[in-house]
Amino acid sequence: MIEMQDIWKTYIDGTHALKGVSVRIDRNEFVYLVGPSGAGKSTFMKLIYREEVPTKGQISVNGFNIGKLKPRKIPFVRRNIGVIFQDFRLLPKLTVFENVAFAMEVIEAPTRVIKKRTLEVLDLVGLKHKHASLPSQLSGGEQQRVSIARAIVNNPSVIVADEPTGNLDPETSQGIMNLLEEINFRGATIVMATHNRDIVNSMRKRVIAIEDGNIVRDEARGEYGYEA
Amino acid sequence: MKLRTILRHLREGFKNIIRNGWMSFASMSSIFISLLILGIFLLLALNVNHMAAQIESQVQIRVFLQLNVDQAKITDLKNKIGNLTEVSKITFVSKAEGLEILRKNLGEDNKDLLDGYDKEKNPLPDSFTVEVYDPQTIESAAKQIDAINKADELAPIGKIKYGQGTVETLFKITNAVRYIGIIIVIGLAVTAMFLISNTIKMTIIARRREIGIMKLVGATNSFIRWPFFIEGALIGIISSVITTIVVLVGYSELVKYTQMGLSLMMIKLVTLEESGWLTATLLIGLGTLIGIWGSTISVRKYLKV
Repeated sequence: MIEMQDIWKTYIDGTHALKGVSVRIDRNEFVYLVGPSGAGKSTFMKLIYREEVPTKGQISVNGFNIGKLKPRKIPFVRRNIGVIFQDFRLLPKLTVFENVAFAMEVIEAPTRVIKKRTLEVLDLVGLKHKHASLPSQLSGGEQQRVSIARAIVNNPSVIVADEPTGNLDPETSQGIMNLLEEINFRGATIVMATHNRDIVNSMRKRVIAIEDGNIVRDEARGEYGYEA
Repeated sequence: MKLRTILRHLREGFKNIIRNGWMSFASMSSIFISLLILGIFLLLALNVNHMAAQIESQVQIRVFLQLNVDQAKITDLKNKIGNLTEVSKITFVSKAEGLEILRKNLGEDNKDLLDGYDKEKNPLPDSFTVEVYDPQTIESAAKQIDAINKADELAPIGKIKYGQGTVETLFKITNAVRYIGIIIVIGLAVTAMFLISNTIKMTIIARRREIGIMKLVGATNSFIRWPFFIEGALIGIISSVITTIVVLVGYSELVKYTQMGLSLMMIKLVTLEESGWLTATLLIGLGTLIGIWGSTISVRKYLKV
């Protein structure tokens, strides 16, 4: 569960990215975050996985007060949050298997468990047969699947996805969305920032629109609402 | 830390050297070249020091006795001087021996200068040759011998000579040469450290993305740091061992080939046995430290994500 209370975020250069945002996202929800570029979507997400701390206000994720977290504790909170990016962020010199297994090595899981679970999630994203390939040998859609596999391998309760389909064609994007829906169905809360009008309109999930640092719309079964 | 985590860090440390082949090669080359220059200068400095010590060790005190000193007094003096803490060796040179030595030193051409002098007619006094442990203490040893003489009512010693004036200048020169050698070696060591750590820093800057991703999936700082630490140490050890082998093998060849020529000039190089351990310890120790230091400092910078 994610809860923000009157969150303000001002960057060092004086930009007000968020201006008093309050919102509550429950367990197992699927939320689209929409709005123009620079509206504050990315800041909203970065606050969730504690890449940024709020200037003012309170944010809690899975019961942790993110703003007041001791640096020592940050890694342990992040292990329960899977993050997916538009640019995949895979390690280019590691194989597909190693890229995913890596997230489990970090939590010091036994080798046997790592192997089993990694192959399991690679199977789920449909890339078990490419486990020995390097990211550069995969298509964009396949790379994004690897990054999703990495995000979910530790069974996080929250998935944060920042424009995961931004670099992909419509057909591949649909595949990625089906995968995210499946993950949501298995119990994870998903917060996804997107500019993809078709996806938002076809899936009819909760939509939170941010403009100029404020939430301007929050609908249970919303639409994209902007001209493409 | 769990055993399998330790093994994982070791494995990753090794793998990273291979994965980042060119970067590892760049770091290793920079360590190799810096330490090579340092090693060469170190051996140079050791040899200069060695030569300075050789020259200094030739310094000795000559103590000339009065003409009428009897055997009992001579033994007494020998014991007193020999008991000084600075003195390593005292040899009695009788007047007859003194004449022989003088004849020899004058050489064939000037031999006739001493014609007419023999056992019966010998103008030279008996003397002692005194050697000291540390050549730099020669002046104080000479003063103490003088004090022994003055304490004796007979004042049996006529003259004490140790090259007064010349010796002081010699020591000034040999000490200056030593200090310059030490300063050059330290300067090179510092330069090497900066050069190497800069190269390592650059290789890690290239990997800040990797560190960022590690943090994102919830790796603790120490988890991220260990493989880099091991990688840095390995790069340092491997390249400094190679450097040490090159330097020492090169040096032993040099000693072998120059032995003939140099010994004619009365110069002896420091042997490999004398210099090998110091050189190896210094180069490998420094190389390893720099490897670890460079990678640890650089990683820390990117851990604040």
